[in-house]
Amino acid sequence: MVKFTEQERDIVRAVWEKVDVDEVGPEALIRVLITYPWTERYFGIFGDLFSISAVSTNAKLAEHGKVVLRSLGRAVEDMDNIKNAYAELSRLHCEKIHVDPDNFRLLADCITITIACKLKSTFNSNVQATWQKFLTAVVEAMTSQYN
Amino acid sequence: MSLSATDKSQVKKLWAKVEKQIDDIGAESLGRMLVAYPQTKTYFSAWKGDLNVQNENVRKHGARILNAVSKAVKEIDNLTTALSQLSELHASKLQVDPANFKLLAHNLILVLAMYFPADFTPAVHLSIDKFLAAVALALSENYR
Repeated sequence: MVKFTEQERDIVRAVWEKVDVDEVGPEALIRVLITYPWTERYFGIFGDLFSISAVSTNAKLAEHGKVVLRSLGRAVEDMDNIKNAYAELSRLHCEKIHVDPDNFRLLADCITITIACKLKSTFNSNVQATWQKFLTAVVEAMTSQYN
Repeated sequence: MSLSATDKSQVKKLWAKVEKQIDDIGAESLGRMLVAYPQTKTYFSAWKGDLNVQNENVRKHGARILNAVSKAVKEIDNLTTALSQLSELHASKLQVDPANFKLLAHNLILVLAMYFPADFTPAVHLSIDKFLAAVALALSENYR
């Protein structure tokens, strides 16, 4: 299990407080689909995602970005229990949605990059390292129930 | 995943802005990689002190790396040839695990996003990501 120091918890919470889920969620997910177009395979039901402008303006995708990022909140609230917190979602992504778990890492990177865009220099090296440690724990939890 | 004409022009356009702050961007990229991925410090064991963005060695070396990437931008149609000597160096002398090129690329992308938030749209992110992957591939050419 990943252990976080008191200082690391403070850093993660401080970053999360500055994140506007309704803004960052859609932006991060849009970045994933544009930078890594093979990820479009998981979002066929959202309609047209076949060009950069289609991805950028797809309302269902944007809405889903909010859902995905909001769920990160549960990890922030309960940093000692991330694996359990995501067990059910992990099973869902494996058994029902059939997502290659490498994509969780790509999404984590895009979330980090989107947040860096917003927070700019306050997102310094230590904050980045701690935030990435946190997201790695979430990615591991999301992969944990794969079989 | 080869570079399209659009990719090349997006990279050159952003890089014109990068050139103006190339030393700082280099220092930030390398420094952040060393802090966020401590295993990368193993390649710099000769350097004393804390390896971070402020470290003098990190700043110098970060600038050197980014200036090499600048040359790659200028020779974007010919990356394998342009980076052949550097590839030989990384393969035979430095013996850097090529997986680390991805880690540095991620940190450079993050720093570009921070420095140029308005310019670093998803479309530009895509082109830069592809370009850095192509640079990594060219750098790995002489490994085996």
